[in-house]
Amino acid sequence: MINMFEVNETNKMIEKENLDVRTITLGISLLDCCDANLSEVNRKIYKKITTLAKDLVKTGKEIELEYGIPIVNKRISVTPIALVGGAACKSTEDFVQIAQTLDKAACEVGVNFIGGYSALVSKGMTEADQLLIRSIPKALSCTERVCSSVNVGSTKTGMNMDAIRLMGDIVLETAALTKEKDSLGCAKLVVFCNAPDDNPFMAGAFHGVTEADAVIHVGVSGPGVVKYALEQVRKESFEVLCETIKKTAFKITRVGQLVAQEASKRLGIPFGIIDLSLAPTPAVGDSVAEILQEIGLECVGAPGTTAALALLNDQVKKGGVMASSYVGGLSGAFIPVSEDQGMIDAAARGVLTLEKLEAMTCVCSVGLDMIAIPGDTPATTIAGIIADEAAIGMVNQKTTAVRIIPVIGKKVGETVEFGGLLGYAPIMPVNQMGCVEFVNRAGRIPAPIHSFKN
Amino acid sequence: MKRTIITVVGKDTVGIIAKVCTYLAENQVNILDISQTIVQGYFNMMMIVDMSGATKEFGAISSELEQIGEAIGVHIKLQREDIFDKMHRI
Repeated sequence: MINMFEVNETNKMIEKENLDVRTITLGISLLDCCDANLSEVNRKIYKKITTLAKDLVKTGKEIELEYGIPIVNKRISVTPIALVGGAACKSTEDFVQIAQTLDKAACEVGVNFIGGYSALVSKGMTEADQLLIRSIPKALSCTERVCSSVNVGSTKTGMNMDAIRLMGDIVLETAALTKEKDSLGCAKLVVFCNAPDDNPFMAGAFHGVTEADAVIHVGVSGPGVVKYALEQVRKESFEVLCETIKKTAFKITRVGQLVAQEASKRLGIPFGIIDLSLAPTPAVGDSVAEILQEIGLECVGAPGTTAALALLNDQVKKGGVMASSYVGGLSGAFIPVSEDQGMIDAAARGVLTLEKLEAMTCVCSVGLDMIAIPGDTPATTIAGIIADEAAIGMVNQKTTAVRIIPVIGKKVGETVEFGGLLGYAPIMPVNQMGCVEFVNRAGRIPAPIHSFKN
Repeated sequence: MKRTIITVVGKDTVGIIAKVCTYLAENQVNILDISQTIVQGYFNMMMIVDMSGATKEFGAISSELEQIGEAIGVHIKLQREDIFDKMHRI
């Protein structure tokens, strides 16, 4: 039988160490909403989302109450809209209308974000893909809850450099269209390589075409819990360190598994995966950087950072996979700069640089995330940064992503405030050397040799 | 039977157990197990209860217990047992 010590441990994790379930994300397929008539597409999308997700927020709140665990976000991901709107949309404006429909549906069911305003163009772009991508700046500036992502490469297909070049322009244009809000639009735009079909975390969530009609994914979190556990094993060996991280990750993931099963049962929608990520928030004691510092770094960004992060990421996975039979999504440690107080401090001190962050993305779950850069950064340089990150993902057979915010009108040394879970960030310097001729070459980078496994 | 855990934490005072138990009895919540300690003047209690015959909804009992807790200066929390079971048992 459960004893008082165990009950207190769990409740301390929740009350003092910021243990929470970060998101219940309902994935919805919109493939059956395809139609040649745009208003019909909009009508079907709105009806399907508001029907399937009508009890999502309510159910999330009930589970929260009964188990005493905060469920921070309830969200929706949908089929990449380039596929859904392909037959009906003849212009970028047509796609923007779908974005507005998604926004309205998200508002109606009470979710704070809806992901899937996306195109999968890792090898080539269709006419619809191009239109959708070109409509992203407008779509993100005239909606509140819509999140967008574009997959520009994969280990199997190589990298679509035409799309990467275009995304450099799109990121800048999105920044310009949302410049009154410190270029906030770019915080809702992710450029992926090897994007997973079942990621529950925003802004990169979309409902892949390999998924069922509707499915529940859950993303867990808990950097604070890991940090606290590691405080108890200071100066111990790596073996003890790894054991502690694994045990903690196991406990965190089990809570996610419970919430996922309950949500699935109550909503009558099948359970998909648990994403066992350490997702930080700007709250004190909810930071991945602080874990790395607890492992033994003076400051995140110092030599040893990549190794410490590799260890952390691996142990989180090893502990987590035992706790759930279906682990998926991104699963690992997130290192978004603006959403992590320790990262913010290190970047402000100049200890954490873009180059070090790039190295860190080789060993953790995502990529260059929530990084503010000067607004006058050229589009080709942004495309170069995206290409570097995509190459890391492609060659290492992992997901990588870029969510970078060129803040219009701001320079290195200034700070940008996004608010809420998105936090704030110092503007980080970008290498001033250009890559224009490289980025302007047409075509794609071929898939690496080790992708030919057949 | 879905079991529920009630935790009561706060500064020790006269009648904490009496108040909580009276409320549970009035609402047909059956107590299966109680353990309680006092550490440095702080009252710490855990109850395992069966709510299958309860006369009110989970949410109502949860918020009413919270109010009783506030009145006597302790923090009362009501949670389904599964969250502890899942986390601490393989």
